[in-house]
Amino acid sequence: MVLNMGPQHPSTHGVLRVLLELDGENVVTAVPDLGYLHTGIEKSCEDKTYSQAITLTDRMDYLNPLGNNLVYCLAVEKLLGLEVPKRAQYIRVMMVELQRISSHLVWLGTHALDMGAMSVMLYCFREREEILKIFERFAGQRMMTSYIRIGGLALEPPAGWRQMVKRFLDMMPARIDEYEELLTNNRIWHGRLKGVGYLSAEKLIAMSTTGPGLRAAGVAFDNRKAFPYSSYEEFEFNVPTRTESDCFARYLVRVQEMRESLKIVRQAMGKISDQGPIKSEAPGIVPPPREKMKTEMEALIYHFKIFTEGFSPPPGEVYVPVESPRGELGCFIASDGSPKPLRVHFRGPSFVNLQALPLMVKGQLIADTVASIGTIDIVLGEVDR
Amino acid sequence: MPQLANANASVVIDRLRAWKSESISQVIEHRGETTIVVPHQLLLATAKQCKEDPVLNFNQLSDATCVDRFPNEPRFELNYQLLSIPRLARIRLRTSVSGQQPVIDSLEPVWPGANWMEREIFDLFGIRFEGHSDLRRILLPDEFEGAPLRRDFPVEGKR
Repeated sequence: MVLNMGPQHPSTHGVLRVLLELDGENVVTAVPDLGYLHTGIEKSCEDKTYSQAITLTDRMDYLNPLGNNLVYCLAVEKLLGLEVPKRAQYIRVMMVELQRISSHLVWLGTHALDMGAMSVMLYCFREREEILKIFERFAGQRMMTSYIRIGGLALEPPAGWRQMVKRFLDMMPARIDEYEELLTNNRIWHGRLKGVGYLSAEKLIAMSTTGPGLRAAGVAFDNRKAFPYSSYEEFEFNVPTRTESDCFARYLVRVQEMRESLKIVRQAMGKISDQGPIKSEAPGIVPPPREKMKTEMEALIYHFKIFTEGFSPPPGEVYVPVESPRGELGCFIASDGSPKPLRVHFRGPSFVNLQALPLMVKGQLIADTVASIGTIDIVLGEVDR
Repeated sequence: MPQLANANASVVIDRLRAWKSESISQVIEHRGETTIVVPHQLLLATAKQCKEDPVLNFNQLSDATCVDRFPNEPRFELNYQLLSIPRLARIRLRTSVSGQQPVIDSLEPVWPGANWMEREIFDLFGIRFEGHSDLRRILLPDEFEGAPLRRDFPVEGKR
């Protein structure tokens, strides 16, 4: 029998359609069908200046907009050969780590909901709200932040941000314990996740899987450690791994990652000084401060030029990988020396990781397919772009 | 040959030259990233060598994508980002594909993960991959006409 799962199905986390060929209740083959959210973001980027494209990146992986901003800005900065002030780098790290926690919270909540544990979802969204409030104070936006800009950040951190972040950091460890109390030793949770969706490390690597899915198979590969960016080499944190490579191992890895992210945020808070630049000095690329623009002729000209024609990086290509909550998020930009990119390509971890789904669910039950889709942690906005 | 930013790149180049000198037609160095340009017909063999050579050990294909240099010819440039997880090293392979005959060997036999990446390129650029197990559109509907990421396809779409 062929069963059509999705595109409108709560457990597919968006609009994923999977064609399941079944033998009784066992899956013989699973064929994912994508594209329901395809909006042509890569094509749109080609018709925008480098700075204008930032807002589009927010809308790909909508649980990780800051991470998308970061990878795009890092790629453009690399094309330009632009250095970013340390203070801005640390704030970037703090923001993307908070984002990682919020993304894992949504994952944990929705996945628990798929498995039938309603209360965890309510708790997770409660804590996520706290993070979104922090983002709102920083960027003026809860989700589509566009806070990270080429050459630095959009705004100075708001007054009282330290207390806000500190309050969250003090609250969060006990809350994670609470989720673990509800789930980690829960017999139903074990029954639904243990031994489900297994795939060997070798196969995962061959299928280009990265992120928590790969780390749950014992491969400690993390771009933050392997190819540090934005001063990650100055932070101390562990890369949690498991060896079972099933859905339960992926759950444990993600929970542990939240704790590691808290550690990073705490360190970043210590590193961020109260004074200092949040943007690099790059006339013609980074818009001048408003004060200067109103008093200096050159600043006014630069301001006008940035917003009317943009800036032109030298011809060439770069590929910048960062570790998003879901795995390796890469940005490939080709410049032809004009103010608009010749090509912008995002290597979305959701898209690539989803490839391994048919291998994971082969021979398993339909209910296990739901668990496997959940622990791959896809965001359809990024899969389809 | 340009000055290389990292030692890894020179290892890759030396190993590939020793294996088959014609496999490298050009080395491009830009912003600390090394691109090895491979002749069209040697792409599959070179990719295989990059994976199977125990010193290189590029066991994962991170990304594959295409750049359209329209109206230049050969207009398409395929870029493959290779990653070696044990060695923590990256390199980029590049090859050109002509606009008249946009066909190239699939790298799926080397890295099964190339499957969807190549389907995406097929879908959006209209490049055919020889030896691909399941070459269908992936993001766009099957009845869609044209390849929207080509430079001569209007951004607003065709009406």
